[in-house]
Amino acid sequence: MRYDATSANAIEATGLIKRFGKTTALAGVDLVARPGRVLGVLGPNGAGKTTAVRILATLLRPDGGQASVFGYDVLRDAYQVRQLIGLTGQYASVDEGLSGTNNLIMIGRLLGLPRAQARARAAELLARFELTDAAGRIVKTYSGGMRRRLDLAASLVGRPRVLFLDEPTTGLDPNSRTDAWAMIRGLVSDGVTVLLTTQYLDEADQLAHDIVVIDKGKVIATGTPDELKARTGGQVLLVAPSDPARLAEAATLLEALAGAEVTTDAEAGAVSAPVADKALLPRVVRELDGRGIELAEFTLRKPSLDEVFFTLTCHRADDEEDTQTRELEDTSR
Amino acid sequence: MTAFAAPAFPAPARRLGLRSGLRNTFTLTWRSVLKIRTNLEDLLGLSLQPIMYLLLFTYVFGGAIAGGTHAYLQFSLPGILVLSVVFATLGTGLMLNQDIANGIFDRFRSLPIARSAPLAGAILGDLVRYSISVAVTLGFGMILGFRITTSPLSAIAACLLLLVFALAMCWFSALIGLLAKTPQGVQWFGFLAMFPLVFGSNLLVPAATMPGWLQAFVKVNPITYLTEAERGLLTGGPVATPAIRSLLWALGIFIVFAPLAVRVYRRKT
Repeated sequence: MRYDATSANAIEATGLIKRFGKTTALAGVDLVARPGRVLGVLGPNGAGKTTAVRILATLLRPDGGQASVFGYDVLRDAYQVRQLIGLTGQYASVDEGLSGTNNLIMIGRLLGLPRAQARARAAELLARFELTDAAGRIVKTYSGGMRRRLDLAASLVGRPRVLFLDEPTTGLDPNSRTDAWAMIRGLVSDGVTVLLTTQYLDEADQLAHDIVVIDKGKVIATGTPDELKARTGGQVLLVAPSDPARLAEAATLLEALAGAEVTTDAEAGAVSAPVADKALLPRVVRELDGRGIELAEFTLRKPSLDEVFFTLTCHRADDEEDTQTRELEDTSR
Repeated sequence: MTAFAAPAFPAPARRLGLRSGLRNTFTLTWRSVLKIRTNLEDLLGLSLQPIMYLLLFTYVFGGAIAGGTHAYLQFSLPGILVLSVVFATLGTGLMLNQDIANGIFDRFRSLPIARSAPLAGAILGDLVRYSISVAVTLGFGMILGFRITTSPLSAIAACLLLLVFALAMCWFSALIGLLAKTPQGVQWFGFLAMFPLVFGSNLLVPAATMPGWLQAFVKVNPITYLTEAERGLLTGGPVATPAIRSLLWALGIFIVFAPLAVRVYRRKT
């Protein structure tokens, strides 16, 4: 049976291709989301994350490849797919001219709920997202964070099995972000599968069971957060001289010893380098001591996803070409 | 392991029934009507625009064209009804354009609802806007001294004819709303298309003094037929021919622009 949820993956995509004019937004993307798990799709601006989500959520036709949600093809069985998914876009897609309550009642009614049930479901979700006080107000008067919460509530009216969250916390203050994370965890514990796109690595690190890194329309890495961290090789050594004036000297030394590119953080007065071999540590200490560089900090730690990401993508997120793709995606809406 | 593992959720329905599709449309009509109530600026403009036309045209043109304001009002009010309602159809395009820009249509498209429901709901909801426009024009006109010299029944027919024509015109507006990239674009394209149509007619002045080439245009302009039909229905005169011609034009406009708008809408969705 096609809806046999025990064997089907929640989301499956193979070889997705999408072009906007001359720009290729997706150049053959494969991804899999396991039921009840969070798949984090990471990538810089214009990497193709939003395009991928729009295809999976039946909003955009791919130029090539296949995608399905619980075995239902996003093109052939779009109507079935739409009964299983919820979508929270990068741009809050709620009706600004309606109150919070009416937005949710509208969606409940569209999903076939009788009037009383739609009203009850709206009240329940508004309470859950702490919007009860603002329920009767026109959405135009909401703050950015409230609008995001309403958008998330709107995507939950139909109790979706698969939830697409396209940069759900972009533009939120740290408190609201933490709240959003708690909500997402709550949904996952209810058995909802979540596909989350984000530019924030800590977000993926916090929430995702699996991560797909997309860059320039291609998948450049997949794995669990730990696997990805391990992939960049070993650990990171951080050295901070007591005298900030000697930071450059320490950096040169570390670069020579580690044989790898170092990252200097002048503000923190620290320099860090990846170390593959732990035997390097005593040598670094000896050399620094030999030159009379006193240390304020000397630590060895796992690389952050930021570092992994930077190593994987090897380019800045605001490349001109990327911005172009992003604009094309926007005009195609 | 059994061969048939129990599904974790019920299988989704295979297709949307006609009744559900209609219910989707009515839900979205409800949304449009609610928005009229909450968008005070639109409501204010919608009501003040006909009042402005009535005051301006009656007192500026009245003496010059008809030798008196009352005589001119009897002549011009049916035209101003047409003018107000035709310009009110621009709102349909503006709202669609806004809906697409702010992402609410993406939400609709991600839901298991009839694909045409957002479009049909927006247009049905706008019928209320057009009715407001007609009611204000007629009501304020009567305050200024306009008198219906026919019967209440033909006055009702006059209003219905206007609404039918507006329902056809709003598909043209919807097409512009779907094609334009910005609300400004909708406004410009709309005005550029509608101004010659509305004012290149006998709506405010009799066509007799116009140059021949313009008279030729006025003669085939659907707005002319509609205005004549309105005059006939409200203040007496021939009705059948202009009314039938207006209805045929409305049908023609609908047949051309509704499928085009639906096509553009589907391609965008």
